[in-house]
Amino acid sequence: MDMKKPFERVVDEHSVTVLRVCRAVVGAHDAEDAWSETFLSALRTYPDLPDDANVEAWLVTIAHRKAIDIIRKQKRMDSSMTSASDRSSIPPTSSTPSSTNHELWDSMKSLPDKQRGAVAYHYLGGLPYLEVARILGGTTDAARRAAADGIRNLRKTYKDAESKGA
Amino acid sequence: MNRENGVEEGFSDLLAFTIPSLEDVERLHRRLEESADEAEVLDVAYTTIDTPIGTLLLAATEKGLLRVAFEIEGLDSVLDDLARKVSPRILKSPKRLDAAAFEIDEYFERRRSTFDLALDFSLSSGFRQLVQQYLPRIVYGTTESYKGLAALVGKPKAIRAVGTACATNPLPIIVPCHRVLRTNGQLGGYLGGPAVKTSLLQLEGAA
Repeated sequence: MDMKKPFERVVDEHSVTVLRVCRAVVGAHDAEDAWSETFLSALRTYPDLPDDANVEAWLVTIAHRKAIDIIRKQKRMDSSMTSASDRSSIPPTSSTPSSTNHELWDSMKSLPDKQRGAVAYHYLGGLPYLEVARILGGTTDAARRAAADGIRNLRKTYKDAESKGA
Repeated sequence: MNRENGVEEGFSDLLAFTIPSLEDVERLHRRLEESADEAEVLDVAYTTIDTPIGTLLLAATEKGLLRVAFEIEGLDSVLDDLARKVSPRILKSPKRLDAAAFEIDEYFERRRSTFDLALDFSLSSGFRQLVQQYLPRIVYGTTESYKGLAALVGKPKAIRAVGTACATNPLPIIVPCHRVLRTNGQLGGYLGGPAVKTSLLQLEGAA
């Protein structure tokens, strides 16, 4: 296989995974912007991608860069509306209507960026820790620890929210 | 789910909120089609349409209609071929094919005898392209022989080359290679199969 497949097949194979990664990292509200920017940017440079490249890792790397921009914007918005009481509750889109989803995203959002990224890129993106480390910086071990800590924290905050009867 | 046994257990449940619906995926695809077209990075747009002779694949560049393919050619391999020869920046994006799909519908409803579409002949070159560019002059409802066509394009001895040009026509139906027959009136080959060639000639009242 020394040829590039039509980009439509790339979208077909990775659309859901990339969207899940985006949702986990920036939340449902901004995930569609992140997804769209990721695939548009990928389409633009696709002809230059080496034929033997790991397409999934390439897409998640682009998604990571787009997510950083979006998170920066979210933080700017958050700090500019510190007086607003509900600053952490980004409303879920119509496609993720349940309040459970909303709480899960709140838990996810409370994770440090590195843990959230490691959880998303490893568990949802399916990338090995070596690739996760390449994207987030740091060692493979650090990436593994960040993912494990992330899952543990996620489970804890989510369980707390549950036991509070939320 | 045992919450205490291993941090990784049950993580998929925990992240289930990220699972999109088919509707989400389709909406995002449409958005990508639009933004790619706008950004001029959609090198090849394609769609499939249903016709009385089966499913057709239509593909177009920004210049015009690039390829019409029959199902028996294998639509995946046709797209692979376009990725290799034209560009891998290919998306299923029906909008660019709206006019072509509309005219082909009219053709099969016998309400259209000539096509008024911008064509992109970049999949063929040289003598083959010359022959293919000539083909639309063979009027709806009539036929020509390979030999006659060779004479018409000024190469009366290039009968075999004319046959090859017809056989490699990237735009069948629109560029009517089905109107070219053997001198003895036999059907000759056709990319879509002889039955399709006969159907088209019958539709046009030429057989």
